[in-house]
Amino acid sequence: MSRRIHARRTEGIDKNVWVEFTQLAADYKAVNLGQGFPDFSPPKFVQEAFCDAVNGGAQMHQYTRAFGHPRLVQSLATFFSRVTGHEIDPLEDVLVTVGAYQALFCAFQALIDEGDEVIIVEPFFDCYQTMVKMVGGKEVYVPLRPKVEGSLSSADWTLSAEELASKFTPRTKAIVINTPNNPLGKVYKTEELQMIADLCIKHDVLCISDEVYEWLTYDGNKHVKIASLPGMWERTITIGSGGKTFSATGWKVGWVISSGHIIKHMKTIFQNCVYHCPTAAQEAVARAFEREYELFGSPESYFQQLPAMLHHRRGKLASCLQSVGLQPIMPEGGYFMIVDISSVKVDFNDDSTKDESYDYRFVKWLTKEKGLATIPVSAFYSPEHAKEFDKYIRFCFVKEEATLDAAEQILRKWRQGK
Amino acid sequence: MKSCRLDQANAKDGCVDRSRLLKSTDKMSVARHVLKCSRFAFHSTTLNCSRSFSTSQCKMTSRHKNSKRIEGLDKNVWVAFTSVAADPSIVNLGQGFPDIPPPSYVKEALAEASSVDRMNQYTRGFGHPSLVKALSQVYGKVCGRQIDPFKEILVTVGGYGSLFSTMQGLVDEGDEVIIIEPFFDCYVPMVRMAGGKPVLIPLRLKSGNKTGTSADWFLDPEELSSKFNSKTKAIIINTPNNPIGKIFSRDELQMIADLCIKHDTLCFSDEVYEWLIYRGHQHVKIATLPGMWDRTITIGSAGKTFSVTGWKLGWSVGPEHLIKHLQTVMQNTMYTCPTPLQEAVAQGFQRNLELMGQPECYFSSLPEELELKRDRMAAILQEAGMTPVIPEGGYFMLVDITSLNQDLSHMEEDEAYDYKFVKWMIKEKKLAAIPVTAFVGEESKKHFEKYIRLCFIKQDSTLDAAEAILKNWRKV
Repeated sequence: MSRRIHARRTEGIDKNVWVEFTQLAADYKAVNLGQGFPDFSPPKFVQEAFCDAVNGGAQMHQYTRAFGHPRLVQSLATFFSRVTGHEIDPLEDVLVTVGAYQALFCAFQALIDEGDEVIIVEPFFDCYQTMVKMVGGKEVYVPLRPKVEGSLSSADWTLSAEELASKFTPRTKAIVINTPNNPLGKVYKTEELQMIADLCIKHDVLCISDEVYEWLTYDGNKHVKIASLPGMWERTITIGSGGKTFSATGWKVGWVISSGHIIKHMKTIFQNCVYHCPTAAQEAVARAFEREYELFGSPESYFQQLPAMLHHRRGKLASCLQSVGLQPIMPEGGYFMIVDISSVKVDFNDDSTKDESYDYRFVKWLTKEKGLATIPVSAFYSPEHAKEFDKYIRFCFVKEEATLDAAEQILRKWRQGK
Repeated sequence: MKSCRLDQANAKDGCVDRSRLLKSTDKMSVARHVLKCSRFAFHSTTLNCSRSFSTSQCKMTSRHKNSKRIEGLDKNVWVAFTSVAADPSIVNLGQGFPDIPPPSYVKEALAEASSVDRMNQYTRGFGHPSLVKALSQVYGKVCGRQIDPFKEILVTVGGYGSLFSTMQGLVDEGDEVIIIEPFFDCYVPMVRMAGGKPVLIPLRLKSGNKTGTSADWFLDPEELSSKFNSKTKAIIINTPNNPIGKIFSRDELQMIADLCIKHDTLCFSDEVYEWLIYRGHQHVKIATLPGMWDRTITIGSAGKTFSVTGWKLGWSVGPEHLIKHLQTVMQNTMYTCPTPLQEAVAQGFQRNLELMGQPECYFSSLPEELELKRDRMAAILQEAGMTPVIPEGGYFMLVDITSLNQDLSHMEEDEAYDYKFVKWMIKEKKLAAIPVTAFVGEESKKHFEKYIRLCFIKQDSTLDAAEAILKNWRKV
């Protein structure tokens, strides 16, 4: 075709860090601590739930209710009504999506217009930026900064109250937060969320709250839902993930919980986008939530067992990194830890990456030369702040012990100069 | 005020959905059910909340309304009619899904896939490797060309998801997109959501001797040609067509292809029913006509191919320079499709690839099975005094209800005749169908309002129940 073929909305969003780095890890058969997925299986009860669904009769293989399989929306509403103390209507206040990724997509498409400003707290999961671009919104960035130079915990990374307040303008439509945060692992405290909530209410702004790692908090940190603060239910879009909740990222079942008047607009996007989600996977997630509802707070609950196991893995990876002279920032929650690599001197010797940022070059070198895959942290920053944060790389510790051992071997060999 | 009307519409839809929910879970009290079905359901729900109704609510409702891109796109025939027909006492020949079981090996493949650890985690974003390879083999064989599994195929959430990725990737503000009526209803809202302008052209019923089949509908060449101009970005075709069941002949596709090439437009070819071809007919892929591969996106569906609509897997096949834009959309909307489902479909294809052309191949055995159902359905309808339009392909049948002369003047709503007829039929006859004017634009409504659409990919007991109703039609 002689004229422009593609729609302009696809411009500037064709690069994708996951596509690029997953391919690289696969090409070099690297020990993969990069992309965030468990390399252990989902718990037995979850796998059984899926099998039961698959064998559960003809209707499990045909279309279900468009906005969410009845059993799933009911179990989500029941479960989260108890957790939040707010009565959630399963049919009006819940929308099931193809992963939390699509929930984010529906939120931006339904609520953000051309020229609307969206405040994004950095570091951010990269798709927030591209999704805002795709709807013609204007990204406004505000970074979390370490309070103290060389701080070693995600708890020390905070938002400056003045800086945050200065980002709100009459054109601000929404702010996006992610707690526990990817990649940093920060778990926002109630006071921090209150500060954000106060600004949302003052400026009449929506809050998109990505809480996919909500069950993964360590060291006694508590996950707080901003939607449960006064005045926030009706303006917050809370996003959750079956994949992260039940260690089954390949199922791609996510959901949004919000006030009905917001959900209805997301339903309109959804019904013009995919219209339904797969039935059997939804049935399985429903059964899994019903089980967790009964066991909530008890030692048999997966929401107790998984964070306990990952707490241990987090410690294992952190001490391995420290033992080779690398400085991890201990995450209070989530799947990841970021590591300061500024003290490490490496000769990249790779012309193909010479125009890229330091962390991108480092990650590619580490993958190609040492066979260890990670993700560069500046991928989670805006163009304006990426330079300040290009000396960090991100590790995923939600892996089998054997994988972490293999990573340890690689790191030791490297640091011993072999 | 618009938002109030939407609230009421949603309350009504939600009301019927809730009755279905009550049956499956019995968890909600009857009192709450009644409360929520009231006209002001939204407000009374909020008052029941533990949190007080903040005054910012009123201010916010006006500020936080929908984005412009979904203005007017909230209505959807499926959301309305499928909930109505969810009552198990109604024989549902409406929404297009099988109530016959899928082949057992496909279900087994899914159960097996989920027992493999790696299959429960993310796979390649643009399509699970074993699936895109299987698709490239199947379609490579069918099209007679090498298809690159990684660059020329994208796996999506259903055929629906492929349509969405195509529109978002290739249709821009101001682009015109030609759509042939009757059309699968999502084409128009998807084009509009992408900022495009739908340009409609109807299939017309030929005059003179009719065959009583879907072949009686045709595109007028001059009329079609007049729809193309410098703003035309694409034409959407659907073959076999939903709802009529028409299979576009090679000559018809050549006529469309000639116009695409002359005006340098793209072609989006929705071929989800490609395997459901009845005797005496052949499915032709427009992408295989000279000059068309480089400008065509062809869409397929696992749901329709393997009778597993609830799996929601589909794919787009086309040249790299077009597919790459669909891939960009995918990586910014859903990123990846479910892994175990893709693995199971891959295995389904591998198995049938080996059997292609033989009677045991599902792509041969399913249409053979459906042809019997098609013919049975047609006979039953004729007995009841209706005039079926025998489809050449697909699993729907149009039925002309003119000769019934059903008086619907008691129904007050200002709707097309077929909408009223279907609602009346659901209520009085306990038989559900879909009104065909849902698939056409305003101007064509008068040509299609005496038709309803029935789905016949149903097990014998469902067809028996439909037969019983139709046999007794004139008696009540």
